[in-house]
Amino acid sequence: MTTISETLSATPVRAGQPAGGEEPVIAVRGLRKRYADLEAVRGVDLEVRRGEIFAFLGPNGAGKTTVVEILEGFRERTEGDVTVLGADPARAGGAWRDRVGVVLQESSPEPGLTVRECLELYAGYYRAPRPIDETIALVGLSGKADTPGEALSGGQRRRLDVALALVGDPELIFLDEPTTGFDPSARRAAWDVVTGLRDLGKTVFLTTHYMDEAEHLADRIAVIVDGEIVATGTPASLGGRDRMPASIRFTPPAGAGALPASLRPLAETDANGALTLRSDAPLAHVQMLAEWACAGGFDLSDLDVRRPTLEEVYLSLTTADRKDRS
Amino acid sequence: MILLLLRLFRIVASTRPRNASARPDAPDGPGPGRVSLVLHQARYDLLGVLRDRQGRFFTMVLPLIFLVIFVGIFGNNTVGPEHVKASTYYVPGLTAMAVIAGSFVNLVISVTAQRESGVLKRRRATPVPAWVVIGGRALTAIAISAATSTVLLVVGRVAYGVQLPTSTIPAVALTIIAGSATFCVLGYAVSTAIGSEDSAQPVTQAIMLPLYFISGVFIPNPSLPQWLQDVARVFPVSHLAAALHHAYDPSVHGAGFMWSDLGVLAAWAAIGLAVALRRFAWAATAAPA
Repeated sequence: MTTISETLSATPVRAGQPAGGEEPVIAVRGLRKRYADLEAVRGVDLEVRRGEIFAFLGPNGAGKTTVVEILEGFRERTEGDVTVLGADPARAGGAWRDRVGVVLQESSPEPGLTVRECLELYAGYYRAPRPIDETIALVGLSGKADTPGEALSGGQRRRLDVALALVGDPELIFLDEPTTGFDPSARRAAWDVVTGLRDLGKTVFLTTHYMDEAEHLADRIAVIVDGEIVATGTPASLGGRDRMPASIRFTPPAGAGALPASLRPLAETDANGALTLRSDAPLAHVQMLAEWACAGGFDLSDLDVRRPTLEEVYLSLTTADRKDRS
Repeated sequence: MILLLLRLFRIVASTRPRNASARPDAPDGPGPGRVSLVLHQARYDLLGVLRDRQGRFFTMVLPLIFLVIFVGIFGNNTVGPEHVKASTYYVPGLTAMAVIAGSFVNLVISVTAQRESGVLKRRRATPVPAWVVIGGRALTAIAISAATSTVLLVVGRVAYGVQLPTSTIPAVALTIIAGSATFCVLGYAVSTAIGSEDSAQPVTQAIMLPLYFISGVFIPNPSLPQWLQDVARVFPVSHLAAALHHAYDPSVHGAGFMWSDLGVLAAWAAIGLAVALRRFAWAATAAPA
């Protein structure tokens, strides 16, 4: 999106914002939330650093929304320490809200107002709002500035929501499932907006159900299951992903003969005759395969070496944990 | 009444502590002055209401249609306890309806819709103080009620020759503002009992239609059986209508304030305030997850 990069280059990071490395933007220790008959959050620790995009993942009912709403100051906690931008969100007031932007999971445009009017209304709430047209351009709605909010498509409404959260020029932005229900191109456009936020020096706390979204956007990820954090890490290392075996997959041609002896215990054959090797040493194993194929005078034309996807890691984290509990 | 409304705002504002500021040197609250922020909020709320075709019809056009119909039915017969012309009776009666439609009905529908669709919660996530959002919307309702009442007054004067005694203009103005404020508070109270946008319109009509009929808005009160009059006297609609009827009565000399009726309105406002403060919510109630 050219509009974004143009806008960004024209808008330097707000002066006076300290660089990373000091006090975290969000610090959560021993957070618990009990409802009448259920403990939705059972001792959560989290830390989000300045300027990072932090993705918070978990199945429905895992306590995700409860944690996010406590961080946003919408819910009281039962126990634990929560600091967001140096204040307790449960007690923070207007000056704190001035520095936080919230994109709710579901919210309609302001009734009867155009995109620009919605932003004018919200800009009036903040002490030092961003310029309105620039904010509209940042989310790619310049062509729709005079369109009633209620006439926008689902994806455009979401972008209006993001613009409303940005117009106060916050340091920290909560994005609750920002692309649910988007088509692939709308999702790409939204990702550009979020990446643009990082370039502005904003800290982003993101929840999503899409692993490709977390992988594309997040600097770090935490996974919550049944009210507890089961894994934290970068997209590449979450849940030991970087140490997990790779999959080497290929279909041996007819008459290829037996695999080298050392590879045989790693192999599984599927219904189509393809072999999958679970490999801790993919390079060495591929070399053995290559020697084996060269010696036999054939090729492995569909050879595929693959790391476990974030989705696989996530599913193993969320389902394994559930099995332990039941 | 205005004082009561101001107190409402102060109490609501204080329900959220705002002492733990991350920047201790920063003044609390948003940049613009507080009062100008209410006007800012009211301006955009008003735009929203005026652009809503259905709301426009029910709040601003329908009372006028009723005026034309009722005066058409009763012609120049004298009606009501004061034996005034039908038009002189129905201009203040339907002004009461206009005040209620603009304050109570329209506010209940829009506040319920905004709560259920996340608009209120999103505003709550900004630095805007609670009393600005609530006060801006109430101010919008009062402005709409006052505007529709003025239209009725002018149409009554031009089309039907209904004279408003000059001496009672302040009484009419105060009654409209006080009535509007009361029905705003009651609107906030009733909105807490309505679970969805779809049921807001039928519920408000189910409350108000019977009250219009027994409170002297549609039918002069003395034509009703005594027990219905007694029932009507409990509710605020009859007192708003009575105060307006009195001020429009050509035989009245003096300022025309009906303090007893305004007192009943104030009592209802207090009840509404108590309910609203206890039950008002910024967001739809969702299952915890």
